[in-house]
Amino acid sequence: MQSNAALEYDYSVAKLFTITAILFGFVGMLIGTLIAAQLAFPELNYLLGEYGTFSRLRPLHTNVVIYGFTVSGVFATFYYLAQRVLKVSMAESKFIMFIGKLQFVLYMILAVSMVVTLLLGITANKEYAQMEWPLDLLTVVVWVLWGVAMFGLIGMRREKALYISMWYFIACFLGVAMLYLFNNMEVPTALVAGVGSMMHSVSMYAGTNDALVQWWWGHNAVAFVFTVPIIAMIYYFLPKESGQAVYSYKLSLLSFWGLMFVYLWAGSHHLLWSTVPDWMQTMGSVFSVVLILPSWGSAINMLLTMKGEWNQLTENPLIKFMVLASTFYMLSTLEGPIQAIKSVNAIAHFTDWIPGHVHDGVLGWVAFMIMAGIMHMAPRMYKRELYSKKLVEAQFWLQTTAVVLYFTSMWIAGITQGMMWRAVDEYGNLMYSFIDTVTVLHPYYAIRALSGVLYLTGFLMFAYNIYKTATAGRKLENEPQFRTPMA
Amino acid sequence: MFHWLEKNPFLFSVGVFIVIAFAGLIEILPNFAEAARPVVGLKPYTVLELAGKEVYKKDNCIACHSQLIRPFKAETDRYGQYSLSGEYAYDRPFLWGSKRTGPDLHRVGNYRTTDWHENHMWDPTSVVPGSIMPAYKHMFTNKADIETAYAEAVTVKTVFNTPYGDDIKPGREAWEAYKPKVIEEAKKIAADMKNQDVKDAVNRGEVPEIVALIAYLNRLK
Repeated sequence: MQSNAALEYDYSVAKLFTITAILFGFVGMLIGTLIAAQLAFPELNYLLGEYGTFSRLRPLHTNVVIYGFTVSGVFATFYYLAQRVLKVSMAESKFIMFIGKLQFVLYMILAVSMVVTLLLGITANKEYAQMEWPLDLLTVVVWVLWGVAMFGLIGMRREKALYISMWYFIACFLGVAMLYLFNNMEVPTALVAGVGSMMHSVSMYAGTNDALVQWWWGHNAVAFVFTVPIIAMIYYFLPKESGQAVYSYKLSLLSFWGLMFVYLWAGSHHLLWSTVPDWMQTMGSVFSVVLILPSWGSAINMLLTMKGEWNQLTENPLIKFMVLASTFYMLSTLEGPIQAIKSVNAIAHFTDWIPGHVHDGVLGWVAFMIMAGIMHMAPRMYKRELYSKKLVEAQFWLQTTAVVLYFTSMWIAGITQGMMWRAVDEYGNLMYSFIDTVTVLHPYYAIRALSGVLYLTGFLMFAYNIYKTATAGRKLENEPQFRTPMA
Repeated sequence: MFHWLEKNPFLFSVGVFIVIAFAGLIEILPNFAEAARPVVGLKPYTVLELAGKEVYKKDNCIACHSQLIRPFKAETDRYGQYSLSGEYAYDRPFLWGSKRTGPDLHRVGNYRTTDWHENHMWDPTSVVPGSIMPAYKHMFTNKADIETAYAEAVTVKTVFNTPYGDDIKPGREAWEAYKPKVIEEAKKIAADMKNQDVKDAVNRGEVPEIVALIAYLNRLK
């Protein structure tokens, strides 16, 4: 991965998606912090009339952080690093440049429509697939355009062998395309009946089938949006930032194909003790545990890449972000399989332990990796030094504290609630009414809201740092080879 | 070892697709027909109930409430008989939810009444002290979209053979002819309510969201 002086890479599309990643990151985390606070202090539900209740805002939070922040981060890093690992510039093809920009414009239209419709309560109401059918169609167009850009660049490449990051980007593209299409099969009711709203549809599947397809999607949205492209990022940014070669090619091979093979089977662990057949539940449990292997394979491969260079951890805050991201990835991919064991799931399911688990993954792994990627890219895209190292350090500790507060409070809350729901007295009667198990959680909800405030503050410091880098950072003569220069 | 594959993006992509696709085939397909069968005696939702289900979806009740009673004694004691697959045969989409910030609602119609819901949706703490659920006062003024609910009934009847009567058919004329039946059903709910504005609206031929929602919640048994 030596830098190639002969090629002038074009970052115009990468820059656009970097801006939207920061924008949606802020909006999504702000809403997240607000709804976290609403659970501790219910009066906060009435700030925006009917549009401000927890229930209306919760899908807005998830959709904006997933499809706004994370997916923007995926596109930004893709348009940055695909050129580099394929040794081809976007500027070499007017067509691909056009596709990239068109994709961005349609993506923005889609994102704004998503926010508006969800606020209005226009929703298909399947978790993480709430958008109604016209938006689904637009999503398909945006995704296909990304595929055209991806395979267009691959077709033009000078480096014949695809680098590991490209494997993961290809998998992200294919996996999401397949899952999204099948899960969002729906019939627009106005077209059949000739009356009623155009923005309404019914799912092609009913009841238990719908649940299976939905969690096949829901679980694998985690796989192909929160895992696969993020691994693509760390396989590029960590070796590049540290100047170290990836520890083991064979381990990356094993982890990649292992992850592809195993991940899809695990979706039914979201439906343990439900009405789907037992054998499916058991398969989901078993494959979830097997999933530890390829997940830890990637994470360990990354940690071992730092072998003999651990001093960089104290000197370079970006290495800190990425090593901790890897570590949180390991924590999260151990915690998930534990929750997928049927007896544990009986207590954990429906409780706050689940959002706790999700957030040590997304805050500690996904967002850390995207922010580290952007901090690595910004000086190279804007040809300026990163504005402030102190700010990066402060952000790192603030956000790390926030993640730890988040998952510890939700672990306690979840297990407390799960145990109280099933507690019986000496005569076998239920000991607690439901409301008892809600009021007891107040302190943990308050801690979680605090953690949201801390994380959001860190994100604002990050946004400010990138803004100042782009506008006021010290100009760089040459592109830095490895370590990102920062003032 | 696999270097040849990494130099051939097409075969590489085909390989990835096969590896990720067949888990879904094996896990989802075999049970598909059986899982779609309703339990004996299950009736499709009335148009008013469907409109209520739309309110449930619009205000995203599944963010905090499940509709899935698991087969544990602690759950059947608290909520009633554990859930059966065939009970969901007319649920498009399914509304099991994944989080219980509030209690399960799959059989809420067995132990809560119209007036309880009316008080609760207006001010949850008035009937459940300590509740952190927001009040949904806007449901008392917003009108439910019964026309779209009717369109849903027509669609599931036409496309999925859901057993509705002959009076559910496409077109505006058929809807205008059917509408009075929906209002009649709404009047029965409103009769058990105390909010005068709601009663007046129903008498004018409008259906406030709260009426449709309560019809839906009462149906959950």
